[in-house]
Amino acid sequence: MRHPRRFSVGNFLLASSAGLVFLFLMLPLLVVFPISVSSASYLQFPPPGFSWQWYQRYLDDPGWIDATIRSVQAATLCTVLAMGLGVPLSFFLVRSRLAGVRVLDRLAAAPIIVPTIILSIALYGVFSRLQLIGEWYGVAIAHTVLALPFVVILVGAGLRTFDEAQEQAAAGLGAAWPRIIWRVTLPQLRPSLISAAFLAFISSFDELVLAMFLSGASMTLPKKMFDNIMMEIDPTIAAVSVLQILLVGLCLGLTSLFGRGALTTTITR
Amino acid sequence: MSSPGDSRRTLARRELGLFLLGLPALLMLGVVFAWPVLRLLSLSVEGGTLEHFEKATLDGLYVTVLADSLKIAAMVTGICLLLAYPVAVWLSRAGRVGAALGLFALLLPFWTSVLVRTYAWLVLLGRNGVINRSLRDWGWIDAPLPLLHNMGGVLIGMVQVLLPYMVLPIYAALLRVDPDLSRAAEGLGAPAWRSFLRITFPLSLSGVSAGCALVFVLSLGFFITPALLGGGRVIMISMLIEQQVREFLDWPFAAALSTVLLAATLVIYALIGRLTRGGRHATS
Repeated sequence: MRHPRRFSVGNFLLASSAGLVFLFLMLPLLVVFPISVSSASYLQFPPPGFSWQWYQRYLDDPGWIDATIRSVQAATLCTVLAMGLGVPLSFFLVRSRLAGVRVLDRLAAAPIIVPTIILSIALYGVFSRLQLIGEWYGVAIAHTVLALPFVVILVGAGLRTFDEAQEQAAAGLGAAWPRIIWRVTLPQLRPSLISAAFLAFISSFDELVLAMFLSGASMTLPKKMFDNIMMEIDPTIAAVSVLQILLVGLCLGLTSLFGRGALTTTITR
Repeated sequence: MSSPGDSRRTLARRELGLFLLGLPALLMLGVVFAWPVLRLLSLSVEGGTLEHFEKATLDGLYVTVLADSLKIAAMVTGICLLLAYPVAVWLSRAGRVGAALGLFALLLPFWTSVLVRTYAWLVLLGRNGVINRSLRDWGWIDAPLPLLHNMGGVLIGMVQVLLPYMVLPIYAALLRVDPDLSRAAEGLGAPAWRSFLRITFPLSLSGVSAGCALVFVLSLGFFITPALLGGGRVIMISMLIEQQVREFLDWPFAAALSTVLLAATLVIYALIGRLTRGGRHATS
């Protein structure tokens, strides 16, 4: 399988250009770490000394903590909804032989393609009539629309590689369908399910455009960060950023341990 | 055992069961996605007039913004392709550990909030940012370079955000290329570069066009990064839409702009998709 490893100018150029691109990708993530532990009272680089002051300020400010709690709530509800709706939908989209199912497949993937700004103002119009602006569960419902395609793609990919004969065997032995799905099918889909759930959570936790329009005065964490950036660049955001990067890193690590090793499949169908 | 009628009935029951499984999610997509979007688009022709479309597609100011958005999307797509291809090739040839580390370096930024990354670029590229400060301390420049609040800053920020969308499809396409093909070519005496150009590269084109379609479409609707890094000097159509709703409460005009944006998005996505299929025929 492996290509023969030869040292050549070509390979060297390839490796170094890839290395530079990886550096470019990681640079914005790396730079917030030193700033977040700076002892300076404003943005200064390199930091003159070490201090936890910005983390302290984050933890002491009820505005930041409330926004964090709201984002965790919204992301949790979004995950539950996206999984609860998306997993059954994947069964339908993968297994049905109805003629119209391909159109519905497109509909389920459409939220990736339709610009978020359009969905945002469309929902802003509807939600403001329903008095849902400023409710965290309104944001969660909107985020569910964006998370559904990820769930459908990941779980669908898992389902396609699953051998349905196992279900028929279980049915032949007299098991009822809900029990078969629960005891035979879903356990084998576990890696896909875990990846899908993490992705749904993170996609909601990080989302800003929908939250900007729908969260009103009760801000989610990204909205609070956005407002903070607009007003002043204060290193508290660097501390919050570091916490977010660590959370994503944790989710990625857990996904690669227990999930389908394929966040890759997310976008490469 | 069972008559044809029986099996047809079982099949119908199976289809009904599957449909009922999908129904709640489809209802949700209908109510929270399709209906609100269609309702918004319909506002653009409220009162039976096309004046909002005329304003959106004829007024010089708005035409410029639309053209700029298309230009930015094309540039971002081009730069992403140039940067992504070598990375994808390197990843597809790396060993287990290299590939795992590479994917981590790709996916960690990918799933980190766009906001965090945009903030970091503000810190890096600003007048007194990390880069300008360092260059001045080393005596390489006298005055700070204008890295932010211009087109360059917007491009840097957008490319960083969208690059993984280009790398991953190309990487997936390269993994599907049967390594025996290029081994056979090299066994027959073709130099490595030639077997790459004639075999590997054409077979990776499906990934290239999938990546280009995604990156182009996503950058066309970009909002946060140009708003923060452009400093008001780079206006994209999504920012215009937001402004119409937020500041002027001009819903019909925002709806007309949204319709134009959505139409451009879908047309370009379909066109690039068609190119893909054409490309596959050409290589198969």
